[in-house]
Amino acid sequence: MRKTFADFVAVDDVDLAIPSGSFFSILGPSGCGKTTLLRMIAGFLQPTSGDILIKGRSVLDVPPNKRAVNMVFQHLALFPMMNVAENVGYGLRRRGMPREDVAKKVEDALARVGLPGSGTKRISQISGGQKQRVAIARCLVLDPDVLLLDEPLGALDLKLREHMKVELKKLQHEFETTFIYITHDQSEALVMSDRVAVMNAGRFEQVGPAQELYYQPKTIFVAEFVGDSNKWRGRVAAIEQNRVTVTTAQSGRICGVAAGPCSIGDDVEVFVRPEAVALSRDGSTLQNMANQMDGEVVSVLFNGAASRLLVRARETGDEIDVALPQTGEFNDLQAGQSVSFGWSDAQTKCFVIG
Amino acid sequence: MNRRFGFYLLLAPLVVWLGALIIIPHIDLFLTSLSVKVRPRVYEIGLDNYSAFFGEPLYWNTFARTALMSVSATALTLIIGFPIAYYIAKLAQGRFRATLFVLCLLPFWVSELVRTFGWMILLRETGVVSSALQWLGLTSGPIEFLYNDAAIMVGLVYTSMLFMVVPLVTTLDSLDNSYIEAGYDLGGNSFAVLREIVIPHAKPGIVSGCIIVFMLSLGNYLTPILLGGKDSLWFTQQIYAQFITRFNWEQGSAFGFLLLILSSLIVWGGLKLTGQTLSKTVGQG
Amino acid sequence: MIPSIPQSPFLRDVYRTYVALFFIYLAAPLVVVSIFAFNDALFPSPPWEGFTLDWFFGQTEPRQGLFYDRSLLNAAMVSLLVAISVTILSVAVGTSNAFLFERENFRFKNFAYVLMLTPLVVPGIILGISILVMSSGIANSVDDAIGIEIEALRPGLVLVVLGQFSFIATITTLVISARLRKFDVSLEEAALNLGATRWVAVRTVTLPYLTPAMLGAGIVAFLMSFENFNTTLMLVGSDAPLTIALFDRLKEGSTPVLNAISLMLMVASALLALIMIALQRERRD
Repeated sequence: MRKTFADFVAVDDVDLAIPSGSFFSILGPSGCGKTTLLRMIAGFLQPTSGDILIKGRSVLDVPPNKRAVNMVFQHLALFPMMNVAENVGYGLRRRGMPREDVAKKVEDALARVGLPGSGTKRISQISGGQKQRVAIARCLVLDPDVLLLDEPLGALDLKLREHMKVELKKLQHEFETTFIYITHDQSEALVMSDRVAVMNAGRFEQVGPAQELYYQPKTIFVAEFVGDSNKWRGRVAAIEQNRVTVTTAQSGRICGVAAGPCSIGDDVEVFVRPEAVALSRDGSTLQNMANQMDGEVVSVLFNGAASRLLVRARETGDEIDVALPQTGEFNDLQAGQSVSFGWSDAQTKCFVIG
Repeated sequence: MNRRFGFYLLLAPLVVWLGALIIIPHIDLFLTSLSVKVRPRVYEIGLDNYSAFFGEPLYWNTFARTALMSVSATALTLIIGFPIAYYIAKLAQGRFRATLFVLCLLPFWVSELVRTFGWMILLRETGVVSSALQWLGLTSGPIEFLYNDAAIMVGLVYTSMLFMVVPLVTTLDSLDNSYIEAGYDLGGNSFAVLREIVIPHAKPGIVSGCIIVFMLSLGNYLTPILLGGKDSLWFTQQIYAQFITRFNWEQGSAFGFLLLILSSLIVWGGLKLTGQTLSKTVGQG
Repeated sequence: MIPSIPQSPFLRDVYRTYVALFFIYLAAPLVVVSIFAFNDALFPSPPWEGFTLDWFFGQTEPRQGLFYDRSLLNAAMVSLLVAISVTILSVAVGTSNAFLFERENFRFKNFAYVLMLTPLVVPGIILGISILVMSSGIANSVDDAIGIEIEALRPGLVLVVLGQFSFIATITTLVISARLRKFDVSLEEAALNLGATRWVAVRTVTLPYLTPAMLGAGIVAFLMSFENFNTTLMLVGSDAPLTIALFDRLKEGSTPVLNAISLMLMVASALLALIMIALQRERRD
């Protein structure tokens, strides 16, 4: 599928199959084309070329109001002039369903999203989380083939967002509807989805389960965008099967694995996750690590379970982000103290630039 | 549904309205003002109606007088109305403020005729003011306050006040108090803050208020004739007289067109002078 | 200047006195009109002769009350008829224009928008004469060509309605556009997404959202039509609306029945104003 606006390519030859009944997320920075993709599936935009098939049938000539695809809008788009029940029953009334049946299905849907008996409330009277559920009920009551969700959690505060992530996953499981969820928040995508597509500049960089994206990123963009990493630039100095040795600008040497084919002399970027780096006071536990360094603590960034250390390698002067192990062993570390640290070559991903 | 069709359906009322009731009538008015009666039912094109205007001192004196009085009425309305708008926007608070604002709007909800009638009861020889002065012993006999320029002014300012105060309150309201506080904090006195912060900010409101007030005063008919009497020499009376009394529509059209040009010039000049546009001032008022 | 900045008590008191005087000025004519509606005298002037309801319910001359004054009641009915027609026309066209200017893009859109605003800055009397000149011109040509006299194009209620509509439509367009501008288009998309056709989406979602603005615009249109004088004066035929009828009476000299009818107008306007305020309050929810 492809979509261009004048000479700007918003969605560039995206090819994608989503198994029925799964939770699929499209993750990407703003402006990457994910909203355009979603609006094409909903029918608000026509693809410039390509096709959209739902249950094996092309829906290109089906107008948005006839598609079995429903959408939870970014700001929910609940009708402010109607109450909760009228909102949920809107689509059913459009199908000409008799009034009593509408009332029954609406109450049923509200019960399933955990809001039994709130049909007569006004939209302005219910909380943010309840609005989310009404917006979802309004779509699911129509029994769509696909439910599209356009960053619906964006407006919620942090705590409610965490709660709604779990809730959404549960709802999807219960209704067994295909969910397509777009977001720029990786934690939303990683937590909820069966599969995630990382999108950048109109293209899919990588599609796969959350673990795969995190542990085996295929491109520099995915490695940088998903999760945090320490990053070096350097040049390949030696290759042995898929293990490479890289010389960095600061003339350090890092051993890692290449994410793709490469040859000696290639410019590469090297990524190491903070939690892959092990700490040691005397270096004794780092014996079988391919990369070992000595250094000193620059600062302790305490944040409970997500605490970090910033350490400076003595030889190269590199500053490296290290996850602080919560085993209790390093709780007394302070800035200025010496530590040793290291990581295995399997945890070090090298990507050829270009 | 066909989108093109929907567009034309929406465009049609606008075109019919503006075309049939605004554009064509004004072109027709202009053409009529250029036609000169040769003999009954036979017309020629010529500027006679306009030369009649410039040849007869009564006409152009009335015209100039109307313009001057309208400008004075506008200025007076601004001077009287600004402190009130400022008081409502910045000093009054809560319910009191809302009440004051609604009170300002009140006269607008009452017909201009009723308002003018009220002033007649107040100002005429046997009226309330004259009686009150006699009762207080300040004067021995009844005084006629009606039928002079001051009475016209009182009426014009009264009628126009709302159209000045509302846009002023709106723009002053949008001025954050912290700007005024900052103005003081940096050493300005009340006058400097007013001149350098408040008035520049209120400019769009001042312009739109002045444009509407001027236009309304210029085109007013009721107030001058009822408060100023038959000889109040207001230009709209000349137009009315040509059309209804003398049945000289060609001359009346020329007068109408001259009034239209004057009003458009002042509106255009006011906008240009202050760098505003019609859409911004009137469109949001 | 603002409550957070200290000011000398003397200046503050002067300012407050000024504001108080202003509101007395604002209220005075309306108050005297109301009071003299109940004065037991043949003229609405001091002195106070005692309380009476004759000017509302008196049945015989010279104290014929407003509810028995056929010509005034008739004029009120004419005004009502005109105002209702103008309201319906202007709200319908205003809604269509709002959709056109807020939803569509077309060449000359800015030009069309400015043109749409111009009726507000053309003096009412000129709108009146230009429509008068054009319609009479058409009527004369038709009469000359095929010998049919088109009554509707001669001064009368049809022209009064058209003349008032020609500038009131601008106001309804502005009011309804302002509301439509705040409308979140994704609501309409949500309706489409839930199976509504484009027209059904507009009918079930957009129009209900616009309803308060349409009602508000309707009330403003109704009042402006009911009170209009300048444009009406030039287009009126044998059936005079209330403002024209009152004007004719005022010129002849007035009895307190005019005060009585003015008071009724004020009460009616105040009621409409209350409805407006209630509508605005609801909108804020």
